Amino acid sequence: MSRSDVLVDADWVEARIGEPGIALVEVDEDTSAYDRGHIPGAIKIDWKKDLQDPVRRDFVDKAGFEALLSERGISNDDTVVLYGGNNNWFAAYAYWYFKLYGHQNVLLLDGGRKKWELDSRELTTDVPAREKTSYTATEQDASLRALRDEVLAAIGKRNLVDVRSPDEFAGRLLAPAHLPQEQAQRGGHIPTARNVPWSKAANDDGTFRSDDELETLYKGEAGLDFGKDTIAYCRIGERSAHTWFVLHEILGLPNVKNYDGSWTEYGSLVGVPIELGDAR
Amino acid sequence: MTKDAAGKEAIVEGRVLSDGTPVRSGYARLLGTGDEFVAEVPLGEDGGFRFFAAPGEWTLRVLAPGGVRAERTVSADIGQITRVEVLV
Repeated sequence: MSRSDVLVDADWVEARIGEPGIALVEVDEDTSAYDRGHIPGAIKIDWKKDLQDPVRRDFVDKAGFEALLSERGISNDDTVVLYGGNNNWFAAYAYWYFKLYGHQNVLLLDGGRKKWELDSRELTTDVPAREKTSYTATEQDASLRALRDEVLAAIGKRNLVDVRSPDEFAGRLLAPAHLPQEQAQRGGHIPTARNVPWSKAANDDGTFRSDDELETLYKGEAGLDFGKDTIAYCRIGERSAHTWFVLHEILGLPNVKNYDGSWTEYGSLVGVPIELGDAR
Repeated sequence: MTKDAAGKEAIVEGRVLSDGTPVRSGYARLLGTGDEFVAEVPLGEDGGFRFFAAPGEWTLRVLAPGGVRAERTVSADIGQITRVEVLV
């Protein structure tokens, strides 16, 4: 994988609005953004209601994902183009999620909703009609997802990348500063994790930094060993999907997993090691 | 910048206005020392934004269509709402 295989810009999207074989999807935490205005031709996916199991803390299962995509009119052959707010956090999360269930042709709109808005491009409230399909997913690709036991076993052995803000990493905040401070029982980070906030990978307008800048950031400044396997985590797994996208899809590192349980799980586990304080 | 009581949180909130009208399309970002990104929110219908910050000094940066960019320095304190109006 490299940048040109996985990222498209706004001109590319604008030239393909309404084209058959393309499914443009806005994914957000706050789906009222879509309702107020979205890129023409885009449908919406709610990262929580549509992608999370309503009872257990887990994803919708394979059958649930198939039902969702069939209902939204996305077929196995479609090229899915994802974008969203929050600098593409949830779009990157959905990208990872689509890959997890085996959808191969997925692209991310660089800069997401923010750059589209800052460029004053067209937004509409028209909701497109897409014919229902009969979508078939694969079983989850375990090579992309880390669960808690694997994370514990990785301490001191693999690259652990904590992509939260320095204040969350240090244990001073439990959530990003635009959200109420709730969730995990304890603050801090997983021992041996390097702190590379997701935001360092993005420009102000939400686009990703250049390959050279990204490599300098992770390898040079943070000292990640690119020869080792890597697990990225944040608070609930969406910001770390953004970093997973950078490391696995843009820079092409072979073994990178997203730990979607992230700090809300780890910081509430009984008996696991926690480190406090700023990155050294 | 005005201050009000706010429980145990350190809240920074406010509005972005242009010629007295709320700026509805745009983003507010909170940055720490060295331009360290902390959080970002889209502006609300009233041009509003709100952050639950840690106590300390922060830079507030506003981005809006048409290349609009404005910055203010704000301070957050536990138990207080710091209110800021940004005119662009």
